[in-house]
Amino acid sequence: MASPQPRIGVVTYPGSNDDHDALWALAALDAEAVPVWHEEAELPDLDAVVLPGGFSYGDYLRCGAIARFSPATAAVTEFAEAGGLVLGICNGFQVLCEAGLLPGVLLRNESLRFICRDVPLVVERDDLPFTTRCTRGNQLTIPVKHGDGRWFAPPELVAELEANGQVVLRYAEPVNGSVDDIAGVCNGPGNVMGLMPHPEHAVDPLLGSADGALILASLVESARDRAISLA
Amino acid sequence: MRATVLVRPKSGILDPQGAAVETALEHLGFAVGGARVGKVVDLEVDAADPAEARAQVERMCEQLLANPLMESYEIELHG
Repeated sequence: MASPQPRIGVVTYPGSNDDHDALWALAALDAEAVPVWHEEAELPDLDAVVLPGGFSYGDYLRCGAIARFSPATAAVTEFAEAGGLVLGICNGFQVLCEAGLLPGVLLRNESLRFICRDVPLVVERDDLPFTTRCTRGNQLTIPVKHGDGRWFAPPELVAELEANGQVVLRYAEPVNGSVDDIAGVCNGPGNVMGLMPHPEHAVDPLLGSADGALILASLVESARDRAISLA
Repeated sequence: MRATVLVRPKSGILDPQGAAVETALEHLGFAVGGARVGKVVDLEVDAADPAEARAQVERMCEQLLANPLMESYEIELHG
């Protein structure tokens, strides 16, 4: 049986700038990558959604705070609440936190510097739709590029997330001052994930690392399984 | 009615901007401590009386102007 290409949407907000990289990477990993404009109040027929990196609405007020009110974010929220797969990368992670779909908030880096480099990450969960191709405890090398990437939550919330296994990725070394070196988290049910590193910039050895493909290929595979089970 | 909203990083949250400002002030020769950097939002609110204006601005703070995880807010009403 021919396996269908899963349809994965990538939302473009005013100020998104990694949307095309995400579309390209998903297509390279054999998904049908579907651009979604921020004014679309209804999503097309999709098996997963990616919120890309960038500086939506100029990062005014707080990163992701304004994008939360765009029609596409409302549609993505509905999609996520119905169990749909949603991955937020960098600014997309910030939007998901502001929208209340993911716990915590991203603050200015402890160093006050914009950080743009490859970072080592440790995989904490390999059983999520976003990490099936990863192995728990293994290290991935994926670049970050952010000024506001310091993930924060109050201690009681952090303890709850750690106990629930909602920490998906951790920096293997201090990067930006994130609480417990947290680089990526998921929601309770595990269908929504956000991370500050950019897997779409690490899908080919020519780019310095192909480790990001492990995350995106997991997503493509999980979206394909869903597409098949719904067919 | 004019309103001013002061948004501050909650106490206990590391504020690197505040720390940088403090260091800069020390370089200028000022003996300072505890510098924190927040935001000011000035608004014109359409409301019948101060109580209604305050209630409206409080809803604005809760829904958008402050993120309760990391920020506290204070509302001032003017005339």
